[in-house]
Amino acid sequence: MEIDPFIFRLSIFILSIFIGYYVVWSVTPSLHTPLMSVTNAISSVIIVGAIIAGLAGNSNTIFNTSSIFGFLAISLAAINIFGGFLVTQRMLAMYKKKKKDK
Amino acid sequence: MLSANLSAIFYLISGVLFILALRGLSSPETSRQGNFFGILGMIIAITVTFLSIGNFSTGFVVVLIFLLIGGLIGAFIAYKIPMTAMPELVAGFHSLVGLAAVFVAIAAFLNPQAFNLGSPGNIKLGSLIEMSIGAAVGAITFSGSIIAFLKLQGIMSGSPITFKGQHPLNALILISIVIITYLLCSTQSSNLFWILLAMSFLIGFLLIIPIGGADMPVVISMLNSYSGWAAAGIGFTLENTALIITGALVGSSGAILSYIMCKGMNRSFFNVILGGFGATEQSASVQNKEQRPVKSGNADDAAFLMKNASSVIIVPGYGMAVAQAQHALREMVDTLKKNDIKVSYAIHPVAGRMPGHMNVLLAEANVPYDEVFELEEINNDFANSDVAFVIGANDVTNPVAKTDPQSPIYGMPVLDVEKCKSVLFVKRSLSPGYAGIDNDLFYKENTLMLFADAKKMTEDITKNL
Repeated sequence: MEIDPFIFRLSIFILSIFIGYYVVWSVTPSLHTPLMSVTNAISSVIIVGAIIAGLAGNSNTIFNTSSIFGFLAISLAAINIFGGFLVTQRMLAMYKKKKKDK
Repeated sequence: MLSANLSAIFYLISGVLFILALRGLSSPETSRQGNFFGILGMIIAITVTFLSIGNFSTGFVVVLIFLLIGGLIGAFIAYKIPMTAMPELVAGFHSLVGLAAVFVAIAAFLNPQAFNLGSPGNIKLGSLIEMSIGAAVGAITFSGSIIAFLKLQGIMSGSPITFKGQHPLNALILISIVIITYLLCSTQSSNLFWILLAMSFLIGFLLIIPIGGADMPVVISMLNSYSGWAAAGIGFTLENTALIITGALVGSSGAILSYIMCKGMNRSFFNVILGGFGATEQSASVQNKEQRPVKSGNADDAAFLMKNASSVIIVPGYGMAVAQAQHALREMVDTLKKNDIKVSYAIHPVAGRMPGHMNVLLAEANVPYDEVFELEEINNDFANSDVAFVIGANDVTNPVAKTDPQSPIYGMPVLDVEKCKSVLFVKRSLSPGYAGIDNDLFYKENTLMLFADAKKMTEDITKNL
């Protein structure tokens, strides 16, 4: 009997939870705010679904109900991707070591 | 056009890059590289999606336009936002992830062919379940985050909103969400899909309104976790590895942060979620408030004490963020350091309105991160220090948590501020903190209260040093 592909995806999912568990415990508490903003940014990889939905219309009708939801989702996710990564970058740039000359 | 297998491999690569992005955050030195990995992963995922569809017609242009609009808004916000507004920003971003998940789920429900999920009214059962879960969790994330955002922004009162029958009502809605999901999967009715979404929006709203302002660190972490599970649900629907991996990472990340925050308050997760904390105790403490003597001083006294100290520990809290006092504070510390006084910062896990909130503010004020310590690292040092400077913190320093089993905060880990030779407590008045209880520290022999705005007081002390 063949294994349903769902099981493989479920395996990836479960193993990723464990990876997440160990990786996040090793994040230093002082970087918990950047952790939240970067997880925000990466969870917006949901944009791939939005792009598929947006491009699903045929050449005559680019805009149908489904693709409009896709387009809106693209913008929402893009706000998060750009906003999330850039604000994380901005925060991380502020974490500096003590200068020796002080 | 990219083959399905090849694109799956690329999605896997971007998933791995996202893991490395989080891994980088284990230390400030590697964190910037980590963020770069994250960006790279995102670029790969988006590019591969375009290539695998292989349709570069007008639709493609429209997609790019929407992408650009969102990107510009996002970039603008990222550059403009002040660091003190970070909790609001993160809450706002969570709501967008939630809403995007809902929209993708709607698009997939209306046009399942585009995603290879069957045809409208005849969607594959497994996909429909995954889609419903993604949509429901996304909707809860959205409305919950909106409430959190409004509370943090001060548009909505930070105090808990409770009413009779709240918990039974929530339970009823949650049960009906499960039933509707079941019916939706058996009938494929689109009406049920919309009802499911409406119910989920409603429950997200109802779940967050009873939770008070200072519990926001838990709420934000929890919504962070939800946004991850929503993404994972959609990932299963789309059979996309990058999305499944990311969803799992973000989901567990948020869950761990919630756990850390709850532990910082010695409260169970359910206790926080059920809400209403602080509302009842507040009235009780007003009644039996006795007048006890406090010593209060001015900037001059504070400067004198600090000048004669050899080590000072700074304890910042949410009040520092409100008063925007972090820059003034760092200037004061610079002056102290010039006088060869050792200065360090002690951060309680739940100081501020989100995990790591204080650290970011101090980093913004150019405080080197190796002078900033967590509770466990520094708590033993208070006994050997001359001055503790408490600025904008309250409940996290209350010794009652160690001594009075009757107290609502009993058992909560607190900073042992009272063990310092002297304590300087900057506060506007003697009013109780969030937990609604009096802080015993105010009345200690070695405590000097400085009644003033945190920023102004810090500046005045610097002048007097």
